[in-house]
This record gives sequence, structure tokens and C-alpha cells, in this order.
Amino acid sequence: MIATLVLAPLVCGLVGLLLPMRNRPLGAALGIAGAAVSLVLTVLLLADGTRGEFSTTWARFGDLGVTLTALVDTRALLMSLAVAVVALCVQVYSVGYLAGDGRYGPYAAQISIFTGAMLTVVFSGDLISLLIGWEVMGACSYLLIAHDRTLPEAPAAAVKAFLVTRVGDIGFLLGIVLLGVTAGSFRITEVLAAVPSMSGTTVTAAALLLLAGVAGKSAQFPLHTWLPDAMAGPTPISALIHAATMVAAGVYVVARLFPVFAASPTALAVMAAMAGVTLLLGALAATAADDIKRVLAWSTVSQLGYMMAALSAKAVDAAMFHLLAHAAFKALLFLCAGSVIHAVGGNLMSRMGGLRKDMPLTFWTMTIGLGALIGLPPFVGFFSKEAVVGALHAQPALWLAALLGVALTAWYSTRLWLLTFFGRPRDASVHAHEPGWAMRAPLLLLAVPAAGLGVGALVADYELAHLGVELVLPLALAVLGVAAAWWGWRRADGGDPAAVLGTAGPFLAGGLGLDTVQDRLVVRPVRALSRAVTLVDVSGVDGAVNGLGRATTGAGAGLAAWHRATLPRALAGILVGAVLVTVTAVVFA
Amino acid sequence: MTTSAFLLVGVLVAPLLGAVAALLLRGRAGTITATVAAALTVLLAVPMFFSRGVVKPVGRGSGLWHEVDWTWVPALELRLNLGVDGISYPLVVLTALLTLLCCGYLVWQRPERANQLAALLLVIEVGILGTFLAFNLVLFFLAFEVVLLPMAAVIAGWGGPARRAAALKFALYTLAGSVLLLVAVVAVVTQTGTADIGRLTAEPGLLSHDAQLWIFGLFAIAFAVKSPLWPLHTWLPDAHTEAPTVGSVILAGVLLKMGTYGLIRVGVGVTPEGAAAFAPALGVLAVAAILIGSLVCLSQIEVKRLIAYSSVGHMGFVLLGIATLNEIGLQAALIGNIAHGLLTGLLFFLAGAIKDRAHTGLLADLGGLRERQPWLAGVLGFAALGSLGLPGLAGFWGEAFAVVASVQRGGTLWTVLAVLAAIGGALTAAYLLRLLRRVSHGPQAATLAGAPEARVPELVAWSPLVALALLLGVMPMLVLGMSADAVAALTTGAVTP
Repeated sequence: MIATLVLAPLVCGLVGLLLPMRNRPLGAALGIAGAAVSLVLTVLLLADGTRGEFSTTWARFGDLGVTLTALVDTRALLMSLAVAVVALCVQVYSVGYLAGDGRYGPYAAQISIFTGAMLTVVFSGDLISLLIGWEVMGACSYLLIAHDRTLPEAPAAAVKAFLVTRVGDIGFLLGIVLLGVTAGSFRITEVLAAVPSMSGTTVTAAALLLLAGVAGKSAQFPLHTWLPDAMAGPTPISALIHAATMVAAGVYVVARLFPVFAASPTALAVMAAMAGVTLLLGALAATAADDIKRVLAWSTVSQLGYMMAALSAKAVDAAMFHLLAHAAFKALLFLCAGSVIHAVGGNLMSRMGGLRKDMPLTFWTMTIGLGALIGLPPFVGFFSKEAVVGALHAQPALWLAALLGVALTAWYSTRLWLLTFFGRPRDASVHAHEPGWAMRAPLLLLAVPAAGLGVGALVADYELAHLGVELVLPLALAVLGVAAAWWGWRRADGGDPAAVLGTAGPFLAGGLGLDTVQDRLVVRPVRALSRAVTLVDVSGVDGAVNGLGRATTGAGAGLAAWHRATLPRALAGILVGAVLVTVTAVVFA
Repeated sequence: MTTSAFLLVGVLVAPLLGAVAALLLRGRAGTITATVAAALTVLLAVPMFFSRGVVKPVGRGSGLWHEVDWTWVPALELRLNLGVDGISYPLVVLTALLTLLCCGYLVWQRPERANQLAALLLVIEVGILGTFLAFNLVLFFLAFEVVLLPMAAVIAGWGGPARRAAALKFALYTLAGSVLLLVAVVAVVTQTGTADIGRLTAEPGLLSHDAQLWIFGLFAIAFAVKSPLWPLHTWLPDAHTEAPTVGSVILAGVLLKMGTYGLIRVGVGVTPEGAAAFAPALGVLAVAAILIGSLVCLSQIEVKRLIAYSSVGHMGFVLLGIATLNEIGLQAALIGNIAHGLLTGLLFFLAGAIKDRAHTGLLADLGGLRERQPWLAGVLGFAALGSLGLPGLAGFWGEAFAVVASVQRGGTLWTVLAVLAAIGGALTAAYLLRLLRRVSHGPQAATLAGAPEARVPELVAWSPLVALALLLGVMPMLVLGMSADAVAALTTGAVTP
């Protein structure tokens, strides 16, 4: 059943790639079917209580085996549930959102493969198969971000997404190899069992190497730069990447391999520092962006920082709670943003405004999503974020950063809400309207967990969802952020509250100039090195070969010319030769 | 005649007769005859697996599936000693398959004097298969040499504008390597009195330690030229850039594998102590090849030259696997060999198809392939993703497990090599994505306006490679399972200095 669950979207995707490109109905049906099968099977598995490890040998390299192992636990099944729900919503939503697209078949197929790859990561009980799902996701994100052929920046954004994550994956591969070779097996259960017997250096090295890969996939500083650019992909793809696949994979893998990280205080400290920087960086960059998707993208960076912060404080369940909550409300937010973009015909908030009346459904669902993002009760974000913040008491610096992040999140979320839905319409040419049912249904479906998952957990007496006096401080900061944004909006007479940031605004919106840093520190040196090496290879190595050839030819020609001697020199030569032969004969006789 | 002899001799005779027939029958009939002969070779290669005698090797002994051993020229220790085992069989199938696809491609493409070109391809096939099957060192050398001139003729006869210089460079460079191989072969035969590779492998003590050192040095240089190993690689970009499509496919797909195969079968097999002594140097050069090949690719401006240089990097991973001299590394090298043959063969087919349409290979003049030729762009994307080592496709296993083998070997040097090789993997992704971005994405280039989409015969030629790259990615045991016993035997009693 697990195999079918993972393979259904993969097979649907591979078949879908071979279909004629313009066959929309079949492409859409295959995509929806793959996600639906996964969803149904996940629910069945959750219900029937199947748990445990299912393993079979896959490949052998000498005495090192690679297995196909499924490691099924409740955490994996909950993650799988989130993946399947979001994937299904995205598939259905895309039917409406990409109504005029001439290449729907491959698009839907790539989403299916993406989903299957994420499910591979979720259930993998072997590091090698985990790596396969991990990398295939990178390739799918590359293909899907580059999908829109009308956007000139899309191919560059796609390459950036793949390469930045691939840089992290150098570490991920080496970490896996180190663990596998040291433990003598790639099976996760066996590797984790071997961790206590490994030397401290090995564990720390492996944890830090894995962390590099996690930073790439989960967009942690300094490998976060690809995520905002990845907005060039179609909006449903953003929902998929930000909510349930790709970025979620990093956090999930840390949770799954947590004993490795827990055994290395150094790795946890690095993780904590990374998380603190990331959550503030993302929140700051989100404050000034004008592109509605970019605001949401930066908010993802920031929220991922919260999850990593929880992990660094060994609060694995809190991180997973926030991950699942985030999957619900971020997918909802992106799909709502897609609905707005669909209606307005552009991403810029400076062209939006007053959409509340024409798009009531989008307005209310997005309000739920933003409420959850801010962490307002009773939405799910209130409970999950508090679980994270509450876990950070032992690390004062990280705790303060998280609290500051709460206020910033409230500020930029409110700004987005006001600029999009309130005030006067800023662009008279926009005639907003609600989208069709294919796009409306996913919004309604996702609004349910975004609104009610937290209360549901509270009712079900889940230990992390609780009410208490320590909730007052984050809540007060959130309200403060909301009020500040509202005040700024009123002061600017319905204009952009980010005006208070002045010249700092564009700098923040540009991601604090880190793209430039990355360009100067990595991209340009590699290019220069490439040119230098080419020069050495062509002029030096090949030059030596060609030079040797020319020298040989030259020497041959010279010798030939010398042989074509004139008569006196030839006679003299013969005479000298005769004398030499005679003398030799006499001497050695 | 036994089944073994029939199959082993048959796979050599079929293409040889086919070549003669293709030359005699002029025009299209010749090309079709050649294709039939190539198909027959495939049909003879396939049953080798199903009728194999399963012999588990003892110690360093050989576990041949089939063997034939006939006297030929006793004075030179030359015997027609052919054999196939799990190390050579995948390469035999790859050679037969690629030759068939190339001959079929010629039937469709109809270049000038296609029958002669097909005949030369078949002669090359005889040489390559002979190299993979020979278990007599002198025979191995002969087969190794047979390949050289026909390949040079293919480049010189059907190549691009600078074909003559490229062909000459290819011929002279690889000939220089072969001279060293001849010296080494003669040295082994005179020192031990036998040219039986099986026996020499089983009893490495026949050669003294010192003799093994310098003989392996000669072997290593000869095979390094063929593989090619940096810095002996510079014949390759020129040869590839100028060679016709089918020439490039055979060259990259299987001809380079003669070098790596020779290094495993003869280098590691006959002179294990020499291999152990030179392993660190080989590893360093292999990693240098990975990094330098990838960096050079990043600033290439011509599509075929780029793919040619990518071979230097990919073969670097294969050579790194060999250099580790452990089971994991050799297995990784073998599957890496096959994967590179499939994926780079496919890439050269595609590069040829693009050049035929655009009449240029300059990246600056290409672009927007996916606009009007989505299938061509799709297959190109698949080949590029496979070539960058995407897990789930064939290229992953060889590259990832070369790194595993290097870490397994342990110590500072090999750990550093593993890290550098992994970095090379990321650079590989960088240049292949750059290739896709220049060729497939963006607005359609003027050179591609009105160019046709991939045609059915082209898709037929490519689809086996696509299918096998996916199949090997999902089921690596297809290759690994065959070679496991033979590799275990070869690493038995491996000496590490």
C-alpha cells in the first residue's frame, strides 16, 4: 500500500510526460488521479494503524547495500496527508489558473512527479532513496519554475533554484555518504542506532554537512536566495513549493534524522544561529516588497526560520506542528494570491486595492490565511507559533528574535491585507471578479485546516496546543504589529505603510543585498576560474601537445632539408664517414 | 562448435562480414545490410546472458560465462582466447546496441557514401568487441589497435570543416598511447611467458613487484590517453567537435570505455601491485579531470565541444572509482561507464540533430528550442538531467558511489578527493543547466526558425537510450548484479600500500 501511495503520482507523472502536449483533459485527469490516490491511501493508512519498517534489498556495491525501505510512522503519515491535500488542491486549482496554457500535459505531469518525489522523501527509510526523492524534487522545481515562457526572468530563476539547492546538496550527499560508510548501512534505523557509537567529530561533520543540504532546500540563510526568485513559477507551483514539498523537505528530514543532530551540540548551535538570522531576514525583507507573491515568499523564509529554531531547541514536535500548520495556511495564501493575480492581471500590490467587495470569497479565505500567519486566535498559526516560541525560552537571543519576528510578521501581513483588499482601487483598468469553481473549491478546502486545525488540536487535547498566560506576550506583539501597520496605512491616507521605511524600503525588499554578495563571492569567482582554467587547458596543455607536433614536423623538415645536400658537402660527408669507419675498424679490431 | 564459441566468435564475425558486404553492395542496400549485421550482433550478444555458465570465481580466478581458446600464432603467444564475464558483458551489449542505432540512423539520414561509413562503424565495432572479449593480452592489443584507423577515417571522411587536423591528432595521439601498450604487453609476455589474462590475473605473483610498477605505469598511460584522463585528453574535444554525429556517439559511447575497461581488466587485473602503488596519483588526476572538465565546460561556446569536455569530467568519476581499488569503486566505475555511454551517446545524437537543423553549434546563435520543437527540447532536457547525475537516472549511481568508495577508502587524501568530486558534481549541474538555458529556453533563435520537430526515425534511435537510462536508474542491479562476483574476485587480496 505504501508503494502504491508513493508510486501512483510518479507513474501518473511519467505517463503524463509521454502524452500529446495539448491533451488537457487527460493531463489534468492523470494529475488529479495521482494525488487523489495518494490522499485516499494516506487516510486509509492513518485509519488502520499500519506502522513500522518495510524493507527490501535494492542494490549492492560490494558489502554496502542499498535498500528500498519504507519507514511508516504517524509523523510521516501526517506529512504525507499534508502533501497529498496540497498537491490535490494545486492540481485542481491549476485547471482553472492555467486555462489557456498550451503545455498543460507536461505541467501536470511534473507536479505529479514532484509530489511523488516528496512522498519518497517522507516515507524513505533509506538514505539513498531519500536522496533520490530529494534531488528529483530539485529537478521538478527547476522545470516548473521555468514553465512560464512569457516571463523572461523565469529560466534564470529556475537555474538559480536548482543550483543554489545543489550547492547545499554537495554537503547533503557527503553527509549521507559519511553516515552510510561509518554505519556500514544506509538504512535510517541502522544509521541512527549506530550514531551513539560514532566519534564526536564524525557525527558533527555529518550533521553539519546534512545541514548544508537542509539549508539549501529549506531556504535558510545563506542559501535562501533562490526562494524569492522562484516566484517566477506559476502561482500554484509556488503554493506547492512553499507549503508541502521542497522547503518542507529540509525541516522534515532534520526531524527524521534528529538523533544525528541531537548528538552534536555544535550542529544545533549552528542551526540556531542560522534559524535566528533567517527568521528576521525573511520578515524584514517581506516588509517592503511590492510583489504580493514576494511578500509571501519572504514570509515563508521567515516561517521556516521558526521551524528550524524549534528544531535547534530540540522541540521536534513543535517544529512539525508549525510545519503542518504552515503547509495549510501558506498553500491557502498562495492560492488566494493566485486568485487575486488572476483577477488583477499582475502581481504588484501598487495596482491592487479595494478588492474586498468584488472578491468576497478570496477576501475571507485570505483573511483566515493571514490571521493564521500572524498567529491570531483561533487560527492554527496561533497555536503552532506559540508552541515554537514557547520552546525557545532556554535560548534568550533566539527567543527575542522570534518575538521580534512575531511583530514584524503581523506588520507585513496586515500591510498586504490592507493594500490588496481595502481602500480605493488604484488601477481603474482592473475589473476584479471571483475565479471559477476549480479555483474556488481549493480555497474553501484549505481554509478549513488553516482556521480550525489549532482548535481541533486543542479539543483533541494535543499537548502542544494549549492556552495559558505565556501566550499573552506574543499575542500582544502581534496586535502591536497589526496596529502599527493600520496606523501607517491611515497616515499615508490609504497608501503604502512601508513608506515609513524611506530609503531602507528598496534595500529590504531586495533581500538586504545578499544576492549581490552571492554574485560577488561565488558566481563571479567561479566564472573567472572557469575562464582561467580554459585558457590553461587550451594554451597550456593542448598547446604543449600541438607544440610537440609542430616541433616534430619542424625537426623532420629540417633534417630532410639537410639531407638534400649540395655535391661538395655530400662528398665531404662521405669522406668523413669513410675515415670514421676506417679509424673505428682499426682501433677496435 | 559449442554454443560459447558460436556466440563469442559470432559477435565478431557478424559485423566483420557485414562490413565487407556493406562495402560491396553500393548505396542504400549497403547501409541496410550493415544495419542487419549490427542487429544480428545484438541478437548474438543477448543470449550470452541467458546461456551463461554460472561459475563463482575462486580467489582471483576468472568466472567466465563463456570461453573459447584456439591456437592462432604460437610464436607470438597469440591465441584466439575470447571470454565474457559480468565486467565485460554490459559493455558488449552497449557496443552492439549503439552500433545498431548508429547504422539505423545512417539508413534514415543518408549522408554521402553512407555504406562506407556504416562499414567503418562495423569494423570499429569488431575492434571494440574484440577488446572487451579478449582474454589473451596480444589479442587484446590487436583489437585495441583495430579501432584506431577506421575511427580516424570516420572523422576525416565525414567530419566538419577542420576534420583532417582533428583526425590526424586523434590518430597520432592515441597511437602514441598504443606504443606504450605494446611495450607493456611485450614486457608481460617476455617476463611471464604467458599472455593469458585469466592466468595472469589469478597469479599476480608471476610478475615481480618492480616489474608490476613500471608495467602498470605503461598500461596506465596507454589507457589514460584513451579514457581520456587529464592532462592527456586534448585529442578528444577536437575529435568530437569535428566527427559526424554517429562518430561522436560511438567515440563517446563506447570507444572511451576501452580505456577504463583496459585499466580494470588489464591494469588492475594483471598488475595489481602497480595499481595499488599508483592509485593515489590516479585518484588525484581523476579528480582534477572532474573539476577541470566541468570548469572548462562552463565557458564553452559550442555545443558539441561542451559535451566533449563533459566526457572528461564524467570519465573522471569513473577513473576515481577505479583508483579507489575497492569493490564499491570498481562497481561504481562499471555502472558509470554504461551510464555515460547511454547518456553522452544520447547527448551527441541530440547535438547532431540540433546542428543539422540550425547549421550552427554556437550557443550564442541557439535558443528557444522548446518553442517549436518541444519533443527535441524534452529529450535534451532528459539527457542533460541524466548527465548531471540526477538520482533516479543511470548517471547517479556511478558518480555518487565513486564518492562513497573514496570516503570508504578513508584517510585525508581520499576524503579530500571525495569532497572535491562532490563539488565537481555541482559544477556539472551548472554547465548542463547553462546549456539548457542557452539552447532550450528564451525566445526562439533565428537559426531555428522553421526547423522541423524531432522526426520519428530520430525518436526511434533515441528512445532505447532514454528507456535504458531510466531503467538503469531505477534498477541498477541489472548491471551491478552481473559484475558483482567478477569485481569481488578482482579485488581479492588487493594490496594497499
